[in-house]
Amino acid sequence: MIGEGIITKEPVIRIRDLVAKYGELTVLDGISVDIYPGEITVILGGSGCGKTTMLKNMLRLYEPAAGSVTFWGEETLTMGENEFYEVLKRTGMLFQNGALLNSISVYENISIPLEMHTNLSRKVIDRIIRVKLDLVGLGNAIHRLPSELSGGMKKRASLARALAMDPQILFCDEPSAGLDPVTSESLDTLILNLKHQLKMTIVIVTHELASIHRIADKIIFLDGGKMLFNGSLEGAKRAGISQIDHFFEVGRF
Amino acid sequence: MGIQLHVIPENEPVLLMYLFLSNNVLGLEGEFTKFTIPEAEKELGKLLKENSPDKITMINLSGIQSIDSAGVAFLDEVHQHFGEQSGILLFKGANPEVQALIDTFSTINLDTVVPNRQMGFFEKLGDDAINSYHSLVEALTLASEIFYYSASGLFSHKGQRKGSTIQQGVLLGSQALPIVALLSFIIGFILSLQSGVQLKNFGAGVFLADLLAITMVREMGPLITSIIVAGRSGSAIASEIATMQVTEELDALRMMALHPIRFVVVPKLHAITIVMPILVMFSILVAELGGAGIAVLLLDTSIETFVSRSLEILTIKDIIISFGKSIWFAWVIVIIGSFYGFQVKGGAEGVGKATTAAVVSSIFAVILFDAVFSLLYL
Repeated sequence: MIGEGIITKEPVIRIRDLVAKYGELTVLDGISVDIYPGEITVILGGSGCGKTTMLKNMLRLYEPAAGSVTFWGEETLTMGENEFYEVLKRTGMLFQNGALLNSISVYENISIPLEMHTNLSRKVIDRIIRVKLDLVGLGNAIHRLPSELSGGMKKRASLARALAMDPQILFCDEPSAGLDPVTSESLDTLILNLKHQLKMTIVIVTHELASIHRIADKIIFLDGGKMLFNGSLEGAKRAGISQIDHFFEVGRF
Repeated sequence: MGIQLHVIPENEPVLLMYLFLSNNVLGLEGEFTKFTIPEAEKELGKLLKENSPDKITMINLSGIQSIDSAGVAFLDEVHQHFGEQSGILLFKGANPEVQALIDTFSTINLDTVVPNRQMGFFEKLGDDAINSYHSLVEALTLASEIFYYSASGLFSHKGQRKGSTIQQGVLLGSQALPIVALLSFIIGFILSLQSGVQLKNFGAGVFLADLLAITMVREMGPLITSIIVAGRSGSAIASEIATMQVTEELDALRMMALHPIRFVVVPKLHAITIVMPILVMFSILVAELGGAGIAVLLLDTSIETFVSRSLEILTIKDIIISFGKSIWFAWVIVIIGSFYGFQVKGGAEGVGKATTAAVVSSIFAVILFDAVFSLLYL
């Protein structure tokens, strides 16, 4: 169908039979997912179900034990280091606690990917940094050190850094964890804007129900290392899977 | 038949606890809390010894006034012990409050936990051996990666920040100058003083120049400098990388398509390779200064003689070996520091452990390699 488009879209990320292990403990047991462009996909589930592990394994921050992951149709797990870096340059990641380089200012943190991967002049880089910080509402913290920022500000600075290279895919590891509801909501609004204005593909790990309701296009529900559901939020609620029902039931207020 | 017991723990009111044994019934009365249970265990042992019952089939709980998790654990122990003997064991008569606590704290119906098995001696030995082997392989892999990226980093600065090598050079090198100077001067001074007195006895005071030059250039210069650098920079490298690992900064670097070794370690290796020979040269010169002081003041050698003898005795080979091994020691310090940094597990405590391990191992490795060098190039 023209207009719908979803069926004809090629997935940006295709994961097949992903197995992740810590030592002998299997954390993810055969996950297969497609992630489509321009959508916000939320990986959710209770604590310890393997959400962050899934994110880190598909990005090879940990090497998966088995399986296949393709980005834009290219297999990345068997890729050489340099080739994979070319893939990573088209992505950005917002880390749970920001993971800003602590010894340098917010400005320099955002500057790093730009000065390392491009030959842009300092003036252009300056402007990019300023606009990205403004985008996340941190324009006035530009020359502060990460240790002088609050938790929410660190996350926003981390988001600005993730956006520095204008990524096509953005990964967020628990963006709203440890934030008050208002800050959390403003971060969600920001993420929604990225999707609408920049047509970014966004993958988010979270267990905040309010956040999921605000932003999710698709959800991937993990439980005990297995994927119980992959599809729309409404679909998940109608699917009649007890763990998912329980998850939404308990979280309602 | 019963035994009354008064247990008076500090700052606690008097607690009363009784244990009865009649026929096949064990009766409990009073308060069964963490303050009385130690005595209760003793008393139960005594009761069983004195009365030697063939079996116990029932425990009467009606007299229990209060109980806590320790008391319930005690009951569970009793249950397990006698339950196995008599095949059946009844608990009876607990008041509702006590029963509620028993239900909450009882471990009888918990799933059997997988016991945290202690390894036997040989198993532990084998496990340690395998772990050491894996660590060695990892360290060698890391070393080869560091050398590879450092070598390729000479030709292209891809993946390194501009100015980072110079910045590291200042950090690793010029900031170490004062301490290197101070220690080298003192060691040169002491070495000359001790040997000068002996040489003077034989009227051979003029040879102090030879002795000091050889000792400092071949051994002490590189060794002192390396030990100081290991203490200063080995620890700094390990804790920096370990902290970056713990706070996900290394993951963040990778996500920015930056290789952690190239970005963090290579500038350090480049800087230390340049800086180390300079530090060693500096250390030797300052030590010679201390020695010259002794030679002039104590042994009446003229400064000209001291300098010319020192220069005569040294060969180019000595100097090459001196610089060669100081560079090798510097690499060892960087590699060991990085290794422990990348290996870190856990939070703040892990960082501390990594730092300590890095310093101890790198000083050990430096001295070990120094011995090897000495044997190779006598």
